[in-house]
Amino acid sequence: MIPAAFEYYRPASMEGVIALLEEHGDEARVIAGGHSLIPMMKLRMAEVAHLIDLQDIASLSGITIDSDGIRLGAMTTQHDIIGSAALTAAAPIIKEAALQIADPQVRYMGTVGGNVANGDPGNDMPGLMQCLDAQFHLLGPDGERVVAARDFYEAAYMTDREDEEVLVEITFAAPTGGYAYEKQKRKIGDYATAAAAVQMSKVDGKVATASIAMTNLSDTPIWSEETAEALIGTTCDDAAIKSAIAAMLGDIDPTEDNRGPIAFKCHAAGIVLGRAIKRAWSRA
Amino acid sequence: MSNKMHVKLNVNGEDHEFLAEPRELLIYALREKLNITGPHVGCETTHCGACTVTMNGKSVKSCTVFVAQANGAEVTTIEGLGQPDALHVLQENFKEHHGLQCGFCTPGMITRAAKLLEENPNPTEEEVRFGISGNICRCTGYQNIVKSILSAASELNSAKEAAQ
Amino acid sequence: MKDEITREDRVANLKGMGCSRKRVEDARFTQGQGNYVDDVKLPGMLHADFVRSPYAHARIKSINIDAAMALPGVKAVLTAQDLEPLGLHWMPTLAGDKQMVLADGKVLFQGQEVAFVVAADRYIAADAVELVEVEYEELEVVVDPFKALESDVVLREDLDLSVPGAHGPRKHANHIFTWEMGDQEATEQVLDSAEVVATEEMYYHRTHPCPLETCGSVASMDKVNGKLTLWGTFQAPHVVRTVASLLSGIEEHNIRVIAPDIGGGFGNKVGVYPGYICSIVASIVTGAPVKWIEDRMENLMSTAFARDYWMKGKISATKEGKITGLHCHVTADHGAFDACADPSKFPAGFMNICTGSYDIPVAYLGVDGVYTNKAPGGVSYRCSFRVTEAVYFIERMIEVLAIELDMDPAELRSINFIKKEQFPYQAPLGWEYDSGDYQPAWDKALKAVDYKGLRAEQAERVEAFKRGETRKIMGIGLSFFTEIVGAGPVKNCDILGMGMFDSCEIRIHPTGSAVARLGTISQGQGHATTFAQILATEIGLSADSITIEEGDTDTAPYGLGTYGSRSTPVAGAATAMAGRKIRAKAQMIAAYLLEVHDDDVEFDVDRFVVKGAPERFKTMKDIAYAAYNQAIPGLEPGLEAVSYYDPPNMTYPFGAYVCVMDIDVDTGVPEIRRFYALDDCGTRINPMVIEGQVHGGLTEALAVALGQEIAYDDLGNVKTGTLMDFFLPTAWEVPNYETDYTVTPSPHHPIGAKGVGESPHVGGVPCFSNAVQDAFRPFGNRHTNMPHDHWRIWQTANDLGLHD
Repeated sequence: MIPAAFEYYRPASMEGVIALLEEHGDEARVIAGGHSLIPMMKLRMAEVAHLIDLQDIASLSGITIDSDGIRLGAMTTQHDIIGSAALTAAAPIIKEAALQIADPQVRYMGTVGGNVANGDPGNDMPGLMQCLDAQFHLLGPDGERVVAARDFYEAAYMTDREDEEVLVEITFAAPTGGYAYEKQKRKIGDYATAAAAVQMSKVDGKVATASIAMTNLSDTPIWSEETAEALIGTTCDDAAIKSAIAAMLGDIDPTEDNRGPIAFKCHAAGIVLGRAIKRAWSRA
Repeated sequence: MSNKMHVKLNVNGEDHEFLAEPRELLIYALREKLNITGPHVGCETTHCGACTVTMNGKSVKSCTVFVAQANGAEVTTIEGLGQPDALHVLQENFKEHHGLQCGFCTPGMITRAAKLLEENPNPTEEEVRFGISGNICRCTGYQNIVKSILSAASELNSAKEAAQ
Repeated sequence: MKDEITREDRVANLKGMGCSRKRVEDARFTQGQGNYVDDVKLPGMLHADFVRSPYAHARIKSINIDAAMALPGVKAVLTAQDLEPLGLHWMPTLAGDKQMVLADGKVLFQGQEVAFVVAADRYIAADAVELVEVEYEELEVVVDPFKALESDVVLREDLDLSVPGAHGPRKHANHIFTWEMGDQEATEQVLDSAEVVATEEMYYHRTHPCPLETCGSVASMDKVNGKLTLWGTFQAPHVVRTVASLLSGIEEHNIRVIAPDIGGGFGNKVGVYPGYICSIVASIVTGAPVKWIEDRMENLMSTAFARDYWMKGKISATKEGKITGLHCHVTADHGAFDACADPSKFPAGFMNICTGSYDIPVAYLGVDGVYTNKAPGGVSYRCSFRVTEAVYFIERMIEVLAIELDMDPAELRSINFIKKEQFPYQAPLGWEYDSGDYQPAWDKALKAVDYKGLRAEQAERVEAFKRGETRKIMGIGLSFFTEIVGAGPVKNCDILGMGMFDSCEIRIHPTGSAVARLGTISQGQGHATTFAQILATEIGLSADSITIEEGDTDTAPYGLGTYGSRSTPVAGAATAMAGRKIRAKAQMIAAYLLEVHDDDVEFDVDRFVVKGAPERFKTMKDIAYAAYNQAIPGLEPGLEAVSYYDPPNMTYPFGAYVCVMDIDVDTGVPEIRRFYALDDCGTRINPMVIEGQVHGGLTEALAVALGQEIAYDDLGNVKTGTLMDFFLPTAWEVPNYETDYTVTPSPHHPIGAKGVGESPHVGGVPCFSNAVQDAFRPFGNRHTNMPHDHWRIWQTANDLGLHD
């Protein structure tokens, strides 16, 4: 498994990155941790003539938490996330999800930016960011624009990002209430058979807010408003969870693969979601 | 074929400079350019961890790092962990508890375990199993690997206590 | 001379048989100083890579290598056309068939070798592979062996149906052989008139040994001296040398085959692969050393798979549960070429051990081998030849019979065990079991896990499930297995005509240390440690003073290699026998030195002592020195011995395993709560190593039972080509195991040892599978096929209405 040759760049500034992207268009790709891209290049399923390494751009890293909310630099690794006590205090669902991604070595290299920008339906962070209603900040030749995670994904590996743009940071308001990231997988290192990100709050014993996203059950992550609505205003009893699951099943569109046939995936999705809701509710 | 670039690596405390194509993988650079053959190639898709080295303080799978990305990095491999007359405590314990059989996964496994103990000096069995879950062993069934790592941790801790 | 240390200390100092000696291999492996084939680096060495077929069945219209050859750094591109003048475009397989080295006119499986690119480095080679233009015409693909036997699509156009194959007449163009054992008529009579008959069909899916190190070779043709050196991942280096000589015409003494450290084999490295042959030819063509190392996808797609047996069984019994007869038919999918690695006369290996541990009066086995558009192979993946299939078959049939009889499966086993006094036991399908004592082992296992308590807990759990209090059900997996290992007697076992003996050659050095060389090759089993222990006990020198060498055909005596748990039963016996030759000569030297008659001295741990006068002795060190510095009348100087051991019989290790499993019926996720493994491998050489082998074999069994498969789609595309989809469990998915043992020595083996490396896999697969199936038994399950991955377990629950 040997990748095709490429030109390598390691610019020190975002201006340098954007200039290279403008020059080479869709022949160029930026690389963060590379743990999605490099295997694809080694299998020669991704041809990249110009590879732009972001590791020297200090502005892309770091976790900031203040009154404006939470900011994750695109180059923040899963390992950084797991190790950040402040982030875990502010948004514990992120650590819960990150621990279920890949394995320790991959988490040292894998970045949140790469995970969300790649558009791989198997990645966990896109659904999570939809659940958190995160905003993706894209920097391009014309400056920065912000796209909601919920609007970013078009199809497998197809996103709203233009070829000359780089996803530089992710921002979101600190979530409130209970949370859960529930993932069924075949083994460590696997993508989800089904995964659910749930964030919900409780007022007077009833569900006040809920946000729910599912992973690897369609060619994009699925943030399901109907699922959340099925819960809001209820006491999150079995009937409410059942209707939430029914709503979710109406929104996903899984395909058969080695993880199993569609019927199984739908069933597993329901189970995973039910457990995530219960856990989130118990923490709300 | 693209142009070769100048690569600098500090491996196990020693500086190396060589020419390489950017696409060359760190694992092959170590093995073939620097003759550091402890880390091995197992799966090539980041699943097995046989190629694990420590790069700039992180456990990484060197089959999935371009040498260009590693340019300027500090790398530690199994060869840098201990010396024949002064083995790393993990090396001692893997020998003592039969934590290896064919030996192919062992360099990556021990290198990973060393980093794990650095970050978590007193892990539970569950934490050890989770912490080495990026390294596949086909021979041992892991039971003796886990035993070796737990034993190494307890030895390290007793030594630390004694020193205090 | 005064002896200052006690006899006990002298025994301990030997580090001989029975002690958990630490492994001598580990110093280099823990320090990254192993020497595996990819570590071999020679001046001027070139790197090779294959162009492989993307199609499972296609005709090759043309191959254009011009663009690849034009790439700077490319030294050669070999195709079948280049190999044909040398007669090397095809090669014989171990199973009596032949196999394309490079695609000759057509391709028969996805990943088949089409062209061999040789370049200055691996990067250029990989680029050149992309530049080789191959024009294919797709043909109809046949992946189902049953359809293959009815199809008009002829896979092997090179074969003439009117000419019998290596194992007799062929019934269809895609049929390879029919192999029958036992008495079909008598078996059918018994089954027809039996009080109870259980029938079942089961598919033992295709999987792959997938050692962590892939296969590879480095060939270096020294044209000046006419010598070829071949390093490679070989479980049988001498056989590779012989094959290389027969194929290349290079005389065998001019070929040196070196199997360096091997990163796991598990059967994957028994076969001879096109890459080995091509690297040799490429070295001859280019005049430079050529390295070929396959990548993981190539390993999973093209080098030898395991299993792929469609088994149909019928078992009969009295109402009380005494088994009266067994009938088994197998449709064996061998892929595109019959490249099974079995002894020549056994096209289905030792599948005829499928009567298992039970006294079954009459049985019949029929196996039909079939060609399909899949990779060739059929190796023994951590088992003796097809023994995993056999044991899975009988251990499933027992469970199904227990259901039919409404009987406890543990009790059914007890009723039918071969009894201790029946050994040596003549089994109905042709084998003579050497020794066994099954009932005590079974009782010990059941007691250890509190079997009755587990059954009571399971019954409560079923009720709780039915009441809706839990969604987890509980399974108790049982297996009692008898292996057949140590191939084997030359009278019935050979590979390519080479009898399956093995060998050991010992040289004692003057200062009382030694080197012993064997025809086997360790792939992690720890031969350098354990064979030295056998010798230490036999010759009275410390194991620490004995070097064990294997794998270099220039120095090691001829042997058939390591697979099928044959190292200890065969080479281990050779080691003991060679040691005894050393001891016999040492006795004469000792008697001379002590000035007594040969018969007046006796061996004691590390010395010969004068009978009745223990203060008069010569240590083996003294004797070794004397062998080189004294002229002893009637004796040649020196102290060396060699033994080529042809075992009189196979050995028959056995064991009793119990697995307790909880299954979430909604997600299909199984949790192993407990696994107890009792192994009886006869005399135990190194308990630590045995335990390690058991842990490893059980983990490979877990993998196979719970998810590991090579799956194809209808077009013959491999769906499980990387470790994302091909299930190798991590430390997170694997439980701790409890190990235990009994000791029933082999009566015919010099030290009574039977072999253990594969037992846990053989016994483990049915145990894990039975645990899953047992969990569903109270809900009406009879049999479901492996692998029991999440969705298939879920499917079973769904089919049984547990989601309603």
